[in-house]
Amino acid sequence: MDIEQALEIVSQTHPGVARTQNEDSVVYDESCGLAVLADGMGGHNAGEIASSITVSLITTEIKHSLKNMRPEDRGEGGEDVGVMLLREKLQKANTAIYNASLSQPQCAGMGTTVVAGLFYDNRLAVAHVGDSRMYRLRGEIFEPITRDHSLLQEQIDKGMLSPKNARLSKNKNLITRAVGVDPVVEAEIHVHAVQVGDIYLLCSDGLNDMVEDDEIGAALQMLRANLPLLARQLIEMANDNGGRDNVSVILIKINSEFAVPRGWLSKMLSWFKR
Amino acid sequence: MAAKLILSMNGGVLREYALDKERMTIGRKPHCDIVIDNLAVSGEHAAIVTILNDSFLEDLDSTNGTSVNGTAIKRHFLQNNDVIEIGKYILKYLNDQKIQSTAADFEKTMVFRKSARIATPSLKADPYEMTGKVMSTEQPQLALAEKVSDSQQKIGVIQILIGPNAGKELELVKSLTTVGKAGLQVVVFTRRPSGYFITHVEGASYPNRNGKPLDDQPCQLNEHDIIELAGVKMEFYLKS
Repeated sequence: MDIEQALEIVSQTHPGVARTQNEDSVVYDESCGLAVLADGMGGHNAGEIASSITVSLITTEIKHSLKNMRPEDRGEGGEDVGVMLLREKLQKANTAIYNASLSQPQCAGMGTTVVAGLFYDNRLAVAHVGDSRMYRLRGEIFEPITRDHSLLQEQIDKGMLSPKNARLSKNKNLITRAVGVDPVVEAEIHVHAVQVGDIYLLCSDGLNDMVEDDEIGAALQMLRANLPLLARQLIEMANDNGGRDNVSVILIKINSEFAVPRGWLSKMLSWFKR
Repeated sequence: MAAKLILSMNGGVLREYALDKERMTIGRKPHCDIVIDNLAVSGEHAAIVTILNDSFLEDLDSTNGTSVNGTAIKRHFLQNNDVIEIGKYILKYLNDQKIQSTAADFEKTMVFRKSARIATPSLKADPYEMTGKVMSTEQPQLALAEKVSDSQQKIGVIQILIGPNAGKELELVKSLTTVGKAGLQVVVFTRRPSGYFITHVEGASYPNRNGKPLDDQPCQLNEHDIIELAGVKMEFYLKS
């Protein structure tokens, strides 16, 4: 099954109620099964620049590389080529932003979070840096599949704060990793098995800071049949609760399997179809 | 502005302490940051660890214990106006960061900090090292406080008018309620601060509102609107 037909993807982004500028950027490309969301930070337009460089650079570069590489192949070190590509291109975006922030005074100190998903061979490689998240709805279970790189998450991990108390913290929005603030970025990448019917949600913290996970999950459950409406609903919920930050979502529904043909005949046939 | 503690006894204020150190100890011994010279207070009674804008109180296995707002604690995440009791002494915790952060230009401020070392409230030798930089895009905000107050809004109800289920009511308490049969025809009722809305979710045919079919856009509901969904007629009204 072709990846393009297997996935349904929609996205939406909104500046929120309190802000006029939108520093979030979202891009997806169904033909190569890729979705990227970034939440930029920095004065003036710098946050916007950082997030848009990141999403466009990752998307164009991966799309280009996939013309003569297969994400499901094993690369050096036994890693999927897809994982390698995500890491490489994220690093490239990091370098681009870091260099721009050094050479352009108005861009000094800019940076961005990012979450990216690459679908291939019934698998999903998720890369993230900072506090932009990916959630998964599988059957009845809705849960995050990324873990924030934030001070708050570190405190929760250490048992200093309960997840319930975390909402009371005055140290929200302090992230421990970001793209473009250091010469090298360490992206966290995991590969997940994908099932038909799964819905994946990529979002900026403008959503999960304003809307409880339970409510986001309930919306996904109820509106799973209509992704465009679901995307609009999530943005509305964030804005109705105050909309203090830019809010962006990318939703991906798995409509069918997209395993890579394994037999020699199907391999040959798919080769001719390319 | 750092958070502070106000030390008092029997209603009289004794001293004010700014929480400007990463870790401040409270106890009878003179080397403590907050010295309370009273026999009911242990040599090293408790400690307060402050990480940026949050402070954590920990009882250091004191003889007579530490309580916050009347409850004995071992470790506690301090909130503005918390009352810490140590023997007959009272320490009030004040941290009004949230009010200051509402200034519009504050929200976009970005702070880069090299946090060389931040300690855990734990006494054990486990220094809490932060990797890399810490950055702040803005000051904290409480999503919960911003939420629509449920009590201020009337509850919407849909009542089935005809058929075997006539008279049955459905209260639209949640922010989302879906009605219909999956795959055939489903609508969602959304509860928002500005009122109730109905939107078509799935199905080839669209439901009617007051005799006219809905389109893909959300449609605000008025009291006594009649909705027809897969042949079932219902009325929307508000319950006070």
